Amino acid sequence: MTLVLEAAVLGILTGGVYALMASGLTLIFGVMRIINVGHGALVVLGAYLSFAIWRALNIDPFLTLVITMPVMFGIGLVLEVVFIRPLKTDREALSVLVTYAIALGIEGLLGFFFTSNYVQLRAWYANASFPIGSFHVTYVYVYGFVLCLAILAAIFVMLYRTTFGASIRATMLNRTAAQLIGIDVDRVSAIAFGIGMATAAAGGVVFGITNAFNPGSHYDLISRLLTIIVLGGLGSLRGAIIAALVMLVSEDITSVLISPVWASFVFFVILVLVLLVRPQGLYGVRVRDRL
Amino acid sequence: MRRPITAAMAGLGLALVACGGSGGTATTSPGTPITIGVSVSLSGDFSGDGKALEQGYDLWAEDINRNGGLLGHQVTMKYVDDASSTQQVVTNYQNLITVDKVALVFGPFSSLLTIPASTVVARYGYAFPEPAGGGPSVFNRGLTNLFFVQPAAVEDNLVSYTQFLLGLPADQRPASVAYATQDDPFTQPQVDKAKSLLEAAGMKTAYYKVYPAETTDFTPIALQVASSNADAVILGTQLPDALAFVQTFIQQHYNPKTIIETTGPDQGSQFSGPLGANTEGIMVPAGWTANATAYGNDTFVREFIAKYGGAAADISGDSAEAYSVGQVVDQAATKAGSIDNAKLIAAMHSGTYETIQGPMSFDSTGKPQGGVGVYIEQWQGGQAMFVYPASVAAAKPEYPKNNWQ
Repeated sequence: MTLVLEAAVLGILTGGVYALMASGLTLIFGVMRIINVGHGALVVLGAYLSFAIWRALNIDPFLTLVITMPVMFGIGLVLEVVFIRPLKTDREALSVLVTYAIALGIEGLLGFFFTSNYVQLRAWYANASFPIGSFHVTYVYVYGFVLCLAILAAIFVMLYRTTFGASIRATMLNRTAAQLIGIDVDRVSAIAFGIGMATAAAGGVVFGITNAFNPGSHYDLISRLLTIIVLGGLGSLRGAIIAALVMLVSEDITSVLISPVWASFVFFVILVLVLLVRPQGLYGVRVRDRL
Repeated sequence: MRRPITAAMAGLGLALVACGGSGGTATTSPGTPITIGVSVSLSGDFSGDGKALEQGYDLWAEDINRNGGLLGHQVTMKYVDDASSTQQVVTNYQNLITVDKVALVFGPFSSLLTIPASTVVARYGYAFPEPAGGGPSVFNRGLTNLFFVQPAAVEDNLVSYTQFLLGLPADQRPASVAYATQDDPFTQPQVDKAKSLLEAAGMKTAYYKVYPAETTDFTPIALQVASSNADAVILGTQLPDALAFVQTFIQQHYNPKTIIETTGPDQGSQFSGPLGANTEGIMVPAGWTANATAYGNDTFVREFIAKYGGAAADISGDSAEAYSVGQVVDQAATKAGSIDNAKLIAAMHSGTYETIQGPMSFDSTGKPQGGVGVYIEQWQGGQAMFVYPASVAAAKPEYPKNNWQ
């Protein structure tokens, strides 16, 4: 029983990190209606940027976010303008190809500059832990969870308490209508893509402290992030958070209670069941197109 | 509109999770340059190992060319990336042989890729010396063109370790052992054999779990190992899980008397970088170490550092295994007086070949025979060194290992 509780706590803490990484992906889909399969590569890029700064300046990995989040925001703006904005028709399908190409490009560049060797960010709290009964909770997971809460809270405040947030929500609801009422949806899209990249940087630093990674690590990441936002509902930030927690907690508990072999299977059973009842996901909005 | 997108993305997610004849032998004229083709994993799960293989092969090619070539033929290596995919590796060897018409092919990384690759290579009658596919399922498919260039078949890799444990005084031996392994043809046979040997000798199994090779979150499994509180831990790992297990043990303040991992601790700085001083005492089965006195090893180490930088401790065992493949082929070509694949195959099935991993020979299935066996390497003072058996040991084994720092 203790192991199950430990697995649940672990699932919640690591789920927070995945929620942070998935939040950018779902935000981008919500605003731009594109499927960014390059998001995993951008998280890994964020991890490498933090790694490079940490190695060069020997500062705390979390402090590197002061540099990496703005840099990734800028990279997001450039990527949106150069690669995404030119897609005028069939955006959803073409965006998969374009963002996959971006992912391969990033993987290649990272391989060139950093080699394909595994690396990991180190900090005093990476392996330090504090006891709760017989279980030890690792500081880095707690810090990562707190960072996740802080950034997600900031995104919620931006979305629901600012004029720009209203523009984003309007674009998410109906891009054409938003254009008609005078919202510059191209600008909103570029900034939303940039915000998505900045969250990828934040997720990347926690990912980089808790996992050894190399340029190819994005394949595993994107598969998990995509399933999270499908379960949560495409475009729903709240859904991404809940789905990330459901994924990690269910997998970790299944792993200790039954077997690691069944961990992914149980999550996908949950996913399929939810989609049967709610095809739009937990918090997705069902939209009917008129013919 | 969203429903089809949702369905498509669910499918995409599922698909991404699910992942993870003769007569074609090229002819060569005496003295003409030749190309040797290799499928290497430059992306995907094995990209670290793939790069290390490439470095080992390249270094051998430089050496052989400097010494006049392979039986007089200057060698060019041609690499194609298989993205660690069992489908792509088949396509790659098919193309290398039929389109590029390479003279010879060398093996890729892992049993997982060697198995499908060896089938297509055998179809074209090519010899298939390979550095990293040694699982039992590599040898039981009736192929006669395959040669596993390591000191012992993979399933025997942990036999030395079991002998080390059983050789300890009775009051110091571990009372219980925890096992966890990937369901990989390289790792699981090693762990299962060690488990059967130790159980037969009376050591209690405190925990045993097999996890999918696609697993990315190893912490729940590591938590279970820690909660078993076993004295000894035997793990069937590659590098990422090798690191994750140790890190969870450190976090949980779990200090077993001894830990051995099938792969990971042999990856030089990729292993020591994330763990720092906590590598101390961790063991790995290894057929090669930088300070071994085997044939040509000092030259290999010196040239490797000169070409790629770093220190001897940073050299991956994968590079040494790849280099050994070249050494075996060089000696087989000299023995056969030809680089014709059929003659090389015949030559490699007899005789003994000197490599930087020690001398080795092969049986009819390509399994290494009568070699020096696989030793135990242990991290001590920031470097990995042979500690068992005593005949090759550069230091005494640290047992029990020190607590985490």
